[in-house]
Formats: sequence, structure tokens, C-alpha cells
Amino acid sequence: MRVELRDIHKSFGPVHANDGISLTIPAGTIQGILGENGAGKTTLMKILSGFQRADGGEIWLDGRLADIHSPQDTGALGIGMLHQDPLDVPAMRVVDNFLLGRAGGVRPRRRQAQAALHELAERFGFALDPEAYVEGLTVGERQQLELLRLLWLGARVLILDEPTTGISALQKEALFASLRKLSQEGRTIIFVSHKLEDVENLCHRVAVLRRGHLVGEVASPYDTDRLVEMMFGRVVSLGSRLEGQAGKRVIELEEIVIEDRRMTIGPVSLQAAQHEVIGLAGMEGSGQQSLLRACAGLIRPVHGRLRIDGEDVLGRSYHGFLRLGVAFMPAARLEEGLIAGLDLTEHFALTRPQPGLLVQRQVAQERTAAQIEAFKIKGTPTSLVESLSGGNQQRTLLALVGQDMSLLLLEHPTRGLDIESVVWIWEKLKERCRAGTAIIFVSSDLDEILHYSDRIHVFFGGRVSPSLDARTTTVDQLGQLIGGKGWPEVSA
Amino acid sequence: MRRSASLSGPALMIGAVLLALLFTTGILLIAGAPPLEAYRQVVLGSLGSTKKITDVLVAWVPLLLATSGLMVTFAAGLWNIGIEGQITLGAIFATGMLRLTLDGGLPPGIAIGAAILAGILGGAVWALLAGLLKAYGGVNEIFGGLGLNFVAVALTVWLIFGPWGRPGVASMSGTEPFPDTFSLPALSGLRLSPWAVLLGVGGYLLVFLILQGTTFGLRLKAVGKNPRAAFLLGIPTVRYMLLAFVLCGGLGGAAGAVQVTAVYHRLIPSISSGYGYLGLMVAMLVNYQPLWMPLVAFFFAALNLGSIQLPIVLKLDSSLAGVLQGALVLFVLAVEGIRQRLRRPQAKAAE
Repeated sequence: MRVELRDIHKSFGPVHANDGISLTIPAGTIQGILGENGAGKTTLMKILSGFQRADGGEIWLDGRLADIHSPQDTGALGIGMLHQDPLDVPAMRVVDNFLLGRAGGVRPRRRQAQAALHELAERFGFALDPEAYVEGLTVGERQQLELLRLLWLGARVLILDEPTTGISALQKEALFASLRKLSQEGRTIIFVSHKLEDVENLCHRVAVLRRGHLVGEVASPYDTDRLVEMMFGRVVSLGSRLEGQAGKRVIELEEIVIEDRRMTIGPVSLQAAQHEVIGLAGMEGSGQQSLLRACAGLIRPVHGRLRIDGEDVLGRSYHGFLRLGVAFMPAARLEEGLIAGLDLTEHFALTRPQPGLLVQRQVAQERTAAQIEAFKIKGTPTSLVESLSGGNQQRTLLALVGQDMSLLLLEHPTRGLDIESVVWIWEKLKERCRAGTAIIFVSSDLDEILHYSDRIHVFFGGRVSPSLDARTTTVDQLGQLIGGKGWPEVSA
Repeated sequence: MRRSASLSGPALMIGAVLLALLFTTGILLIAGAPPLEAYRQVVLGSLGSTKKITDVLVAWVPLLLATSGLMVTFAAGLWNIGIEGQITLGAIFATGMLRLTLDGGLPPGIAIGAAILAGILGGAVWALLAGLLKAYGGVNEIFGGLGLNFVAVALTVWLIFGPWGRPGVASMSGTEPFPDTFSLPALSGLRLSPWAVLLGVGGYLLVFLILQGTTFGLRLKAVGKNPRAAFLLGIPTVRYMLLAFVLCGGLGGAAGAVQVTAVYHRLIPSISSGYGYLGLMVAMLVNYQPLWMPLVAFFFAALNLGSIQLPIVLKLDSSLAGVLQGALVLFVLAVEGIRQRLRRPQAKAAE
């Protein structure tokens, strides 16, 4: 089926996730959609599959204007989407999952489904036991099941959102082989990914998105450097790193291994000293966030050693780490960082309690006013945190972290902030660094990583690069590593 | 901005009360009863005389204690349905202590004091169980509490018919009543004990102070509003959650002890009188804010007492109070929900 997207617009509040995207995909094509996190890939695909409504624009299928309101509509039109997290029911058997979503009588036709499942699985060389429970399957097997289910439902356009995350190399080969077969049958495949190698191997054509815009389309064979440039754009200057002498070692990780739900991360060895800034780069979900949380004591590694100020601290609680001077700032400001419903004064009273049992509101408000002044927060002591803008919430989070911390672990410290706030927040962070704090931060903004880090570790599917000197690393190099290319060179 | 929710509160309340009255009137008309006469009887039956008003206060004290406790658990984000069982265990512990001291020949004053302390302990232990089940067993406090409520009732019935039964005539009417001297002293000619009122008001003020003015209360609220963020900010969330349970259970236990030492003077099967569930309704009605809570609790106690008249005078069931109370809570919650629904698109348009 030929898919045409015409001038698709979608905004979430102030964020323009899709800004006038037009794209035509001929029938039988494997179309890659490439872009970094937040480029608008998933939004576009959710619009095409009916999970979200566009603010504007049209979708034409085989030359006819499609009226899409819900996933049921697109199912009937022959569009099926394979989500990053499989939409299955883990507590049910494979064959029952297979039956879900199929219109039918009161009694499910189990036998018929079983036969169909068997036949489809055979055709693509998937080994699925119809009577097994889905919760016992690997991510790759669940994906296979979902793929077969969509085909059985009659999907002629298949959308796959980051399908190669969390599956084995063998499963990936099987998946790619079946996708090629399907495209030869005339089905249209849309393959959404940030993995350069996968896209280059599989796709006939690639469309690159950046910040809600379609940057351009490229056909196979590809020039990797060109793709990286299209994905990440040109560099804008942000500020500079703090060029200081590293001091005493604060944290040291030795051969740390973390078991995630999806993958194994590591082994990674990493250290940070006073006055140092370490950047962790990688696509969302490549393992960098788990590692940061392990450094905070929130996730317990399965293997390795973790020392803070020379002391072995593996197995201690998050609060134990906190007492040692390790502070963690989560990216989800209102979900994990701040408490909606409490005002600024209450936040400062919480983190720095006054002596005695009672809270003296007057004293607390004066102290809060001083913090508001020092951190240039646009708000009053009685402002509820949820009424503040993102930038001001971030400033509040930073202000809540005690001045005497020896290690700051920051998850996307400037995500969603305007450039002025970004520069200001980093000025504050550098101030702390000068005073002797070490910083480890996760960011998907390559410029931020390159400009403020002394050293960088890149994450890709749980693999972690050795530390790279930020001074001699280029955006292109970093972009390739994040996309999974050029690893043999750095690993050597 | 900050107080917008509570500013429109009074108007909302009046609207909801009118709707609830309308609803209840409809029910009365369907039942073929004269609504105005029914309401008149309820008002006369609760506020018609000084004696009646003091009788309302008798019910108000345990309700106030239980609701005060619930304010603490609600602040910590917990649905302590188990409050009924905690009241019951408070009553059982108080009865047990009185039986012990009765045998030991202690002076009544000390015996009653010890019984109330034992009641507080009993309620706290029962609540701690629900808390531990939640924290370490992964049992939601609503289910854990509900289960413990049934166990508490079964325990009461077993005690009344078994070990603590009246010699020879064990019955649903309860254990052997305690001698008059082993009750909280009441005002002459009335059922109301000023000591019980003192206990109730004291419990309420304690909770009010904790929630409004202490670091402990602030942390409880933080845990209730966002446990994840509270944990990351360094608050030991599990400990605070358990403390909230213990505090609430203690106050519920005190309510149970009052039921034994000041109201029934013995252990009866339904010793909690449903004050726990009623307290949940009161707490919801005042939007979990302690300021207006005593007044609303008084109103509910008055409805309970006033409707006792109905079967006698109008041959109506006394459950009319329950209908009105339930309708009130439902309408307040519904009106509030609709208001938020209406406000959301406007807020979006304003962005």
C-alpha cells in the first residue's frame, strides 16, 4: 500500500513535535525513519497508526484520503504498528494473545487461530509455542508474536518502532529476513530507529527527522557521515567546560555490571574526581540512566565494585549514599524530583529541616526567599512547584541539593529548557565544581555533552565505551558511536 | 491561585448539600413518607433539647477521634479502611485492661486511664499490622485493612461468647457490664462524660498541630503527595508510612476505648458503631483538611442520632441518616469532579 503523509502538524503544549511533515512511501518499500530522541519519529508513527490525532494534515492511502480516528480505524485500513513495548497480555498464553483484537463471535476460534499461527510462524522461521505463557518469552519472541498477529489481522503497512532494541542478534537476523520477504510481497514497512547500522542494512530509503521537521530523504547506499550530520545538525556554541585540575577521586566503578529488564549493561569502569565533569552519552535507554542510578545507590549492580571516597559502598541504600554526599537529580522533575501540591517554602523546609519539632513559617519563608534570589527562580515562597515553568523547576531542584555534596548525578539536567536557562544552570554547576564537587551527567544533547564534559562515556545497547577525552572528540565521532558505529576503534 | 480550590469550597458545599437534600427528599417521596416531617423529626431528635445535644456529643467524640486519625493516614496518602478494626481492637484492649484491673483491685481512676492507654496501644498494633502488610508484604492497605476488620469482629464475637462471656447467659448483648465506678464519670443526669470530650478534642488538636506546624507533618504530606520524590529527597518513606498508621490506629483505639469506658460500659459485638467508615466519609467531605472537620463530624453525629426517632414516630427506617450522609459525600465528590473537568479545558485554552 502506498502511504502519503501531507503536512502533518502536532503540538504538545509549546513543543511542536511534528511541524509540517510530508512524506510519500511507495508500496513494497522498506522506509527508514531516523532521528534522535524527541525528533518526532514516534509521534508521526502514532498519528499514522491512529494512537494520536494530528492537529493538522492529511493521510492518503493508495490515493484515497483516510479518515483516521483510532487504532481500530487503522486496523481496518490495514495499518499495524509494532510498539517499542509489546502490547500483549503477559499473563495469557501465546495463542490467546494471538486471538486478541480479532473481531469474532462469542467463542474464540482457538483451533483456527492455532493453525494460522503455526502456518505463519513456519513461513518466517519463528519458533513459537502456542501454549506457552507470554510472560516467559523474550522480548524478541514477543515481538515475533506481535508481528504475526498483525499480519494475521491483515496488515498491509507495518510500522516498527525501535524493533531491534533488546533482541538478540539471531532474532534480529530473523526479523530482517521476514521484513524483506514482506516487502517483496508488496507490503510497506516503516522502520523507526536511531541505529544507523540497522537502518543502513535494511532500508531502501531513509527519511531523517530533527526537532519536528523532515530534514531530508536519502536512498540506499548511504553515506554515514551525511546521515549523522542530518540527524544532529550543526553545532551551536553553548559555553565552555571548566578547565581545571582534577582533584581527589570521589567515585570509582570497577567492572560494574547491571541487569536491566531489557539488557545487560557493562562491564563498565569509570571514575570521577573533584572538579571533574563526566558526560554519559547515548540514545535513551542505552543503559546510561541505569548506570547513573546505580551510582546513586538506586539500582544494585549484579557484579563489580563501587567505591565512594575510597570506601566500598556496594549494597548500601540510596539514603546511605546520600549521607556520603552523593546527590541525584532525576529528569522527571514533577514525577520524581519535586512534590506537586507543596510550595517552595515547604520544599526547602523538607530538605533542610529547622531544629526542633515545629516549622517556623516566618523563618522558613525568609530562607526560601534567599534561595529564590540566589537561584533566580521566578516565583514566590508560596508558589506551588507545579505552577513554575520547567526552567524554574530545574533551578528549584538544583537549589534543593545541599551545597556540601561531593558528587552530583544529573539526569538530563537541562532537558526542555531554553538556551538562557541552560547556560545559567551550567554556570551554577561549574561553580560547585570549582568548589570541589564532581559531576556525572546524562544527556541526549551532544553539544551539551561535548561542551561541558571533561571526559565522555558513550552507551550503545548496554555497551559502554572507555572514557573519551572531550577535547579531542568531534560531534561526528560521537554521533556515530551513539548510532552503534565505529566501536571497534574505541574499544581497542 | 494557591487557595482557589478552597475558596470555591463553601459554594460547592452548599450546592452539594442542596442536591443531597433533594435526592433524599426524592427517596422519602418514593417511600411515601412526608419529607418535611421526617427532617423535622431528625432536627428535633438531635438538637431538640440540651440532653439531645449532649447525646450527639457522646457520638461525636469517637467519630472525632477516628476522623482525626484518618487525617494523618490520608495526609500520608493512605486509605486506612482498617480504621474499623482498629477501633474494635482499641475496645478489646480497653475491656481486657479493665477486667485485669477489676480483678487486681486498682483504684478506678488509674484503671480507666490504663484502659484508655491499652486501647490506644491495641488500635496502634492493629494499624501497624496493616502497615507492615503493605510495606513488606505488598498488600494494599485497603485489602489488608478490610481483612483485619473482619478478623477484629470475629475476635470480638469469640471473646463475648467465649472467654469473656457472661457466666451462663453469654449473648449478643455483650460482656458483663462494668460497675459504674469503672466508667469515665458523666455529667449528672446525662450520658456525656466531659473527660471523653477532653480526650476527643485533645486528639483532634494534636493532629491539627502535627499536620499544620511540624516538620514531621510536612514530611508526611510529602510522602502522601509524591512518595517517589519524597524518597529521593531523603525522607525514609516506609518509616513515615508506618508512623502514620500507628498514629491513626492509636487514635482509632482511643475511640474504641471511649466506646467501652464512656458509652457502652462493656464490650459488644458492633462496638465500633461504624464510626470508622463514617469517619472516612467525613474526611472525604472536608477534602482531608482538618479545619472544618469537627463541625462536619458533629453534623454527621447529629444525623445519626436524629434519625433514631424516625422508626418510632414515622415508622420509617433509621437508615435515612445513612442515605443523607452517603448522598452528601457522593454529591460533593461528583460536583468537585465535574468542576475540575470543566476547568481543565479552560486552563488549556489559557496556555
